[in-house]
Amino acid sequence: MSDPPKRAEEASSGGWWRRFADRLATGRKAYVADLQELLGRPALDEQFFEDLEGTLLSADVGAATTERTLRRLRAEAASAHLRSPTDALHYLKQAFLQEMQRMDRSLRLDGQPAVVLVVGVNGSGKTTTVAKLAHLLGQSGRRPLIAAADTYRAAAIDQLKLWGERAETPVIAHQPGSDPGAVAYDAIQAARARGSDVVLVDTAGRLHTRVDLMDELRKIQRVIQRHDPAAPQEVLAVLDAHIGQNSAQQVKHFGDAVRLTGLVVTKMDGSARAGVVLSIEEDLQVPTKLVGIGESLDDLNFFDPARYLDALLGL
Amino acid sequence: MFETLTERLDAALKKLTGRGKLSEADVDAGLREVRLALLEADVNYKVARDFVARIRQRAVGAEVLDSLTPGQQLIKVVRDELVELLGRERAPFTYAPSPPTVIILAGLQGSGKTTTAGKLALYVRREGHRPLLVSTDVRRPAAMEQLEVLAGSLSLPAFAPRGQEPVAIARQALDEARRVNADLILLDTAGRLQMDPELLAELAAMVAAVPAQHRLLVLDAMTGQEAVNVTTSFQQAVSLTGVILTKLDGDARGGAALSLRAVTHCPIQFVGVGEKLTDFEPFHPARMASRILGMGDVLTLIEKAQEQVDVGAAEKVEKRLREGQFTLTDFMEQLKQVKKMGPLEGIIGMLPGGGRLKELGGALPSDGQLRQMEAIILSMTPPERERPDIIDGSRRRRIARGSGTDVSQVNRLLKGFAQMQQLVKQMGKGRGNLGGLPIDPRQLIG
Repeated sequence: MSDPPKRAEEASSGGWWRRFADRLATGRKAYVADLQELLGRPALDEQFFEDLEGTLLSADVGAATTERTLRRLRAEAASAHLRSPTDALHYLKQAFLQEMQRMDRSLRLDGQPAVVLVVGVNGSGKTTTVAKLAHLLGQSGRRPLIAAADTYRAAAIDQLKLWGERAETPVIAHQPGSDPGAVAYDAIQAARARGSDVVLVDTAGRLHTRVDLMDELRKIQRVIQRHDPAAPQEVLAVLDAHIGQNSAQQVKHFGDAVRLTGLVVTKMDGSARAGVVLSIEEDLQVPTKLVGIGESLDDLNFFDPARYLDALLGL
Repeated sequence: MFETLTERLDAALKKLTGRGKLSEADVDAGLREVRLALLEADVNYKVARDFVARIRQRAVGAEVLDSLTPGQQLIKVVRDELVELLGRERAPFTYAPSPPTVIILAGLQGSGKTTTAGKLALYVRREGHRPLLVSTDVRRPAAMEQLEVLAGSLSLPAFAPRGQEPVAIARQALDEARRVNADLILLDTAGRLQMDPELLAELAAMVAAVPAQHRLLVLDAMTGQEAVNVTTSFQQAVSLTGVILTKLDGDARGGAALSLRAVTHCPIQFVGVGEKLTDFEPFHPARMASRILGMGDVLTLIEKAQEQVDVGAAEKVEKRLREGQFTLTDFMEQLKQVKKMGPLEGIIGMLPGGGRLKELGGALPSDGQLRQMEAIILSMTPPERERPDIIDGSRRRRIARGSGTDVSQVNRLLKGFAQMQQLVKQMGKGRGNLGGLPIDPRQLIG
């Protein structure tokens, strides 16, 4: 590609992450107590591994990844590199981090306009994410525009219009029940006419097992590509942090239908830790790019693997 | 990704078959697979641990160890225990002796409360009640509009006054119900995180203000390990009377059902199985147990087939199959039957091992493709349907135009049908119960 891709900058400072940590902390007291007990142990005994297994499983890391992790950790412990639980957890963080840092987590927003297609199962938080992303991009000097391509769910268009007002972002909408591809296309035309440089396309929630609805998504992508073969520059799958191992299935199926470029994990302000993203990133090679931690407009930010792992492992 | 538990247990216990009897160590190897299956199904890890410990006690007893088919016996024990935990018999949904019956729906954001409110309203109306749909969700933008639209589509009254506090709305709903002559009030509430004490207190205040027979948690069937924490918090706030599991139409194994049962012991009343308002069913513990274990849901499949398939039509087709007389008209009859059963992938998901079959996803014809095949056949004249060999080039072009397809699609269908007819003729000569089984229509589309 001739143009170097523009990167959206991390909009806000450490304040947001502190809030993130605070909110996680309130929900994690018991969890952290478990972990500190882990750290307090003098040696890497059997109890340590058992407790660590429980910690990872309860964070939705999943049985397979947990087993793999423990096997690796035991091997390292045996070769005497790791003496204390603290060593072990830091080793674990570094091991995960090394994997995660290989991925490019920036948003690619080159294009006139750039198009971001937002997909996901019902109730994952797509509409809210679109509004928050519009706000985040607006903060970093972008001129976003929203396409209300969820024409299926009752009152979805009204919901997005209200969010658009809050985010001070124009919303392009058709009638309920109209063709979602046509909405996306019109929005791109409107963006060109108004000088908007990013179009955020909200789509109807759909379960990943619905072949017909996956086809519909393909079609929306095709319509967008008619405007620019490189578009959509980003296709983001929105995952609810409370969902367990099924998230991996979601990403797999959505990835088969459209060209997924990243994940948004929402509702991270609860006690859910969404450990399933570890195996999704490793097995399916889709990076987590954004996290949502609440209901207000500025509760969305870029994903930072190191801080995420600290929260996950209680470091 | 998911193998069936039966397959995995068989693999784990295979090496033992020669020896006939299982040792305790063998049982532990098998139970390891059970535990992994439960974890993959998102059963809370503590619940899974306790569960496996209980199974072990039973499994090392004579009932399994002395059995000739220990693998199957072990599964039976696991399944029985699961059913036991899930509630054995399904709990009847009861109504207040003196109206109105009040139902409160609570849950996390995005769990499907509003859609469920619509589905439950339709359900109780079919049971002869007159529901009033009430939205107390003053937080999510357009939540009230969404409920009004749903109520409107069902021609049911809705009550969603703007600019009021949730508890006040709940109180006024009692008067509104009298005014519109409703005998049942369905209160939809705002989504809230289980660790938001303020909102949980609001929910408790609502329950205190309006005594509700049913305080139901609406939970996404795909929920992971958090299901326990979520349920516990709501349980403490409003003392739940039941649960509705949503989005069970996907491929979620639904381990959350087990987790929340273990914590609350309150019954799972209903499950949501699709986007349409009719996609709502009473909960069946035995079926859920099979699903969690990846054993398929044959019972629901059979029921669905009985409900939807026209037995007379199926018998007619079977007869024609046996006689080697299968025509495009018969084929279309089959397509109609298949379409009535709902999306194919949903049906396959109910079959044992269906979890893996589903990986074939793309190979199955979608509803749209089924419709396309039907359109092509409908664009043929009756003689053409009986004797496809008369369909020449110009007829093909006409059929393509008439069905909104192109000639290559018509060709593909005709070619595939010819192969199928050949196959049917061969089967007709031999014998075999073809039943009402739909012929695999995959080769006919592209």
